[in-house]
Amino acid sequence: MSAGADPGFSIEPLGETILLMRFGTQVDAAVNAHVHAAAAMLRKVEMPGLLDLIPAGASLALHYDAVFWAGSNGEPPWQHLAGSLRAVFASPPAQTTDKGRVIEVPVCYGGEYGCDLDTVASHAGIDAACVIEQHCAGHYRVAMLGFAPGFPYLLGLAPLLHMPRRAQPRLRVPAGSVAIGGAQTGIYPRELPGGWHLIGRTPATLFDAEARPPSLLAPGDRVRFRAIDAIEFAAIVEPNTR
Amino acid sequence: MSVAVLKPGWLTTVQDRGRYGYANLGVGNAGPMDEVALRLANLLVGNDEGAGALEYTASGPCLRFAQAVRVALTGAMFEVRANGAALPMWQSHVLPAGATLEIGATTRGLRGYLAVAGSFALAPVLGSVATDLNAALGPFGGRALRTGDSIDLNALPGVDLDPDTKPRWSLDPRPWFDFDPAHPIHLIAGTHADALDPASRMALHQAEFRIDRDSNRVGLRLDGPRLALSAPLELASEAIAFGTVQLPPGGQPIVLMAEHPTTGGYPRIGQVAAFDLPRLAQLRPGDTLRFIAIDQDEAQSRYLARERELARLAAAIAQRLQP
Repeated sequence: MSAGADPGFSIEPLGETILLMRFGTQVDAAVNAHVHAAAAMLRKVEMPGLLDLIPAGASLALHYDAVFWAGSNGEPPWQHLAGSLRAVFASPPAQTTDKGRVIEVPVCYGGEYGCDLDTVASHAGIDAACVIEQHCAGHYRVAMLGFAPGFPYLLGLAPLLHMPRRAQPRLRVPAGSVAIGGAQTGIYPRELPGGWHLIGRTPATLFDAEARPPSLLAPGDRVRFRAIDAIEFAAIVEPNTR
Repeated sequence: MSVAVLKPGWLTTVQDRGRYGYANLGVGNAGPMDEVALRLANLLVGNDEGAGALEYTASGPCLRFAQAVRVALTGAMFEVRANGAALPMWQSHVLPAGATLEIGATTRGLRGYLAVAGSFALAPVLGSVATDLNAALGPFGGRALRTGDSIDLNALPGVDLDPDTKPRWSLDPRPWFDFDPAHPIHLIAGTHADALDPASRMALHQAEFRIDRDSNRVGLRLDGPRLALSAPLELASEAIAFGTVQLPPGGQPIVLMAEHPTTGGYPRIGQVAAFDLPRLAQLRPGDTLRFIAIDQDEAQSRYLARERELARLAAAIAQRLQP
């Protein structure tokens, strides 16, 4: 999906120090590509006075320094920043040929690694092997990271595997759990509470504050899942924990 | 140069201005609940205003300093004793080597701050020494302080550490600390404020809400009339902020605080004005509050006025700290 067509956005302030650029009302791959293109553009022009960029499915939030963006003529900082954004994006961001990194994530599916695999299978009306095949066949894109450090929300899940979240979230979901929530699939970077359906587990380290970069996945990355067995899982885990 | 934790208090963490630059990876800012108090404590001891300091809650820690140190305490009103003698807040004090600092219970407000001249010699995690309890990021593996912990202090050559130097001035806390729950909290209309049903829209600005016991650094649950939307909204997760008022399906609003996650998917019915967040952070479970509407531009203008006043104060304090 190329970014560039219809890069229009609306601007919404979220309090005194955050501004949302909204690229659409629905999250889809095209809208999400605009989000990542806009974030890349702001990094490229080294937009000053920004503390954080928070990309999401259909919006890009800018956490800014309101004192830096205080206009000299009494113009509210958010309007001053909004004006600069409109100027930066007056011409759409150049179409990028960069398709993003492709990261392969190994997953051991089912059993003790993914206790909801059979539930997902019966919801989809297929068998477990078919769920694994479908999940591995997907071309995913990291729409955003959120909820916890390194937790990716992945777009591109086969519609057959879409499934509403659990009515009762679990208090503890094991680290590395690969899960399905609604139309998205994701990975729990560490043990966390969670309401998604667990279909497998990866031995990969998703987030390590001491690593550079700290997160295995970045917004806009492409992801493929590869099915592994318990022996390969153990072989990958061991060097990670050494 | 170190400080030993003899008793940790109810919840004591190291905080600086917060962890910025990694929100795109899902890493939150954390940082102080009452940012102004942390900044003023640092300024009083001559630190950078965003340096690492201790945030303590409801009941404070008991600490022993190996060497002479310069300290300042701000925030909620706590009973403070240094070597058994009452120690006033809002002043810069020199404690002699071996001093024990006992921070007791709060008498007004909830969270206090202790800054030490030179700050702590702690390795930053992703650029910050702020403690993020949920993400387990920060000093001590991102946990609260415990009995037996020891924190090294940065050496500060040239700082007057003569314990006979008595403070000759103190800061007037009144412009910065208003713990009176009767004063309303300013609320900017949220993205989905219009989606509230008419009764809920009225209740949000007229009813009294009580801070639920189940509140923490992540968020404050507000007990009051149950609020509802006119029609359910299906929302995708996106950025949320310190002060965002979310409405989960149960109808009990949650105000997100310093340790909020970077994104959330509940309707955002309001945004507490940033200049009122220190006051909100000082309300205790059981305290009540009311909201009063303010528009975005007015809130931002008051925020800038506060920042100008703090900058003026910072310059005045720096001048007084000159030998």
